[in-house]
Amino acid sequence: MKKIINKKYSVIYDDTTNTIICSGVMRLNGKTEYEPILQLFKQIVQQEPSQITLNLQQLETINSYGISMLGQFISSLERKKTIKLLLQGNKNISWQQKWINNFQRLMPALQFEWI
Amino acid sequence: MVKIFGEFNDKELKSREFIKLIFSPSSVPLQQRWRNNSLSADFLADYLMTLFHQDENDPKRLEKQIEIKDTISYIANELLENAMKFNDDSSPYPISIQLHLYDDRLSLCISNSIPAAKVAQFQSFINKLLSTEPQDFYIQQIETAEKDGSISSGLGLLTIIDDYGAKLGWKFENLQLLNEPNYPLYYIKNQMKWLNFWFRVRKWFVARSKNPNITIVTTMVQLAI
Repeated sequence: MKKIINKKYSVIYDDTTNTIICSGVMRLNGKTEYEPILQLFKQIVQQEPSQITLNLQQLETINSYGISMLGQFISSLERKKTIKLLLQGNKNISWQQKWINNFQRLMPALQFEWI
Repeated sequence: MVKIFGEFNDKELKSREFIKLIFSPSSVPLQQRWRNNSLSADFLADYLMTLFHQDENDPKRLEKQIEIKDTISYIANELLENAMKFNDDSSPYPISIQLHLYDDRLSLCISNSIPAAKVAQFQSFINKLLSTEPQDFYIQQIETAEKDGSISSGLGLLTIIDDYGAKLGWKFENLQLLNEPNYPLYYIKNQMKWLNFWFRVRKWFVARSKNPNITIVTTMVQLAI
């Protein structure tokens, strides 16, 4: 289990189920503040699990830096080809509805499910 | 000298309902002020909700209003983050954001100063943003950011156009600090604290000696509701 926990947001990686759970409000200041999360994502990709679940169901708010960071993560999996990605979203959160198509454009084999 | 890009019309800024927030130039580092962007964006969005007619028996209307609230919070936050990040801290002009509500639409307008050296770069980014297909631009931005080992900037404005169907416009105004009459006098009138006053005067002199040209850029976002 790896965790990045802050007052406003958290990123938790459960390595028994290969699930990344992002929640809260992520409006961090650019590269510097997103770096620990990007590094955590990189470590997970290096372990080469066959599938990763990215659970965003509690991630209420994000800024465009955060969207860019998620995009980079998805695009790095697309290049690797060996890791499947299941994205779990929440259709009551408007940014997720708007972004799912762009994420799928980055990774056509991306699977997703809504709650 | 004034230059306009995209759909910008500040004559339209006369609305019945509006709110304006002004942020004074600050000596507090951006890092410590960053949280303020999110707070202010959420405040603007919440404030807007109080201007809408609320009807609990009309769930569709309520849903639409909540969507508008989320949209304003997102857009205002992106605009504030950009303005704070790119603001020329040697400029004595404040950063301001205003939200105007009309019968059929909303507009958000944000003004900040940018260094003269960054004007051409920003204008060429705007031209690219206005002429490229949003989806292609998005993929390009993500790929470039990955190559540079950075996190893409410019994605904020793109998401505002693409995801929220908003119209964007910009006004660049070149102001000559040297020609501003009695600038230190303005501060004498307005600053009560002497320490703060000296800090400002010093800042003004430093700004004047370094860069007499200040460009104020105003970004306007218009959204149908």
